[in-house]
Amino acid sequence: MKPTAPTRIFAAWLVAAVAALGALFMSEVMGLAPCVLCWWQRIFMFPLVLILALGLFPFDPKVTRYALPLAVMGLGLAAFHVLLTLGIIPEALAPCRQGIPCKTIQIEWFGFVTIPLLSLFAFLIINGLLLAAHRSSSK
Amino acid sequence: MKQRNLFIAVLALLILAFAGGAFFYKKQQAEQAAQNAANNMAALVRADAQSFGNPNAPVHIVEFFDPACGTCREFYPLVKAMMTAHPDKIRLTMRYAPFHPGSEPVVKVLEAARKQDKFEQTLEALFAGQDRWVINHTSHVEMTGPILESTGMDMARLQNDANAPAVAAMIARDLADAKTMNVTMTPEYFVNGRPLPQFGFEELKKLVDDELAKAR
Repeated sequence: MKPTAPTRIFAAWLVAAVAALGALFMSEVMGLAPCVLCWWQRIFMFPLVLILALGLFPFDPKVTRYALPLAVMGLGLAAFHVLLTLGIIPEALAPCRQGIPCKTIQIEWFGFVTIPLLSLFAFLIINGLLLAAHRSSSK
Repeated sequence: MKQRNLFIAVLALLILAFAGGAFFYKKQQAEQAAQNAANNMAALVRADAQSFGNPNAPVHIVEFFDPACGTCREFYPLVKAMMTAHPDKIRLTMRYAPFHPGSEPVVKVLEAARKQDKFEQTLEALFAGQDRWVINHTSHVEMTGPILESTGMDMARLQNDANAPAVAAMIARDLADAKTMNVTMTPEYFVNGRPLPQFGFEELKKLVDDELAKAR
């Protein structure tokens, strides 16, 4: 059985909710200060939790229209951030003026999983699911 | 309907996982902090640090503070009131943690004021006039002039004492001790070596009351 559009949007919501709660856990519970780029990614991740939930009940296939721009912007920022932590983009290009430099790696699980990488994965999955939901409902 | 129930169940589960995770993380951190404090008592209590109250008091509060810190200003009179409520039972030691940019020169001046027996007066004046010399969380020692003069100190001597290498060394040591004690924010309190399980005046008061009861 192929997953339906509501299932995909539900899955995208789940990823966004886990990412948002995870981000809040790291900043509010663990006390890690979010850098400027992290805030930009939060700006695009947090509203997805609310918009996707509202698009599910009652189900509105148009929700992808409103959610995708946010997801695409977040994906771009997360990709930029990952490239920055890897040193592929020089730090001078980064919009970090105060607080935590965005290049600082605060968490590294298994030697390569950083917070920006988690963000990139979350945005990738959300984008994929939303695109698939958009296709299947516009057919 | 089934989908809605699933959604609500998942949402509840996520929130529960967050709250549970937060609870266990905090508990583990508090235990670790207590253990760390117990292992590093030498870094907590330094004989040359400014101290108020009876030196042999049964309850010893060690506070890491920054004169530029707003919460330190709010807590200062509360701690003083606790000491007044239990005369001779509480001792307060002040340790420097100049975390705000520009705070280090201000702390130097404060330590220099100690040499003229004006620590308490200077600290209170700095707290009272904090809005005039702390701008956007940055300390401006050059703006503390009028506040310092109001305490009637010998300003030339103050300047001279503040620049003594021993003062800089003491601040560096206090900062190193703060690091050892895992102090990342000000104010941070240790009551008879025990850190606050969670930051708040109620938590501080409870720790102090516990220790007071033990001493009785």
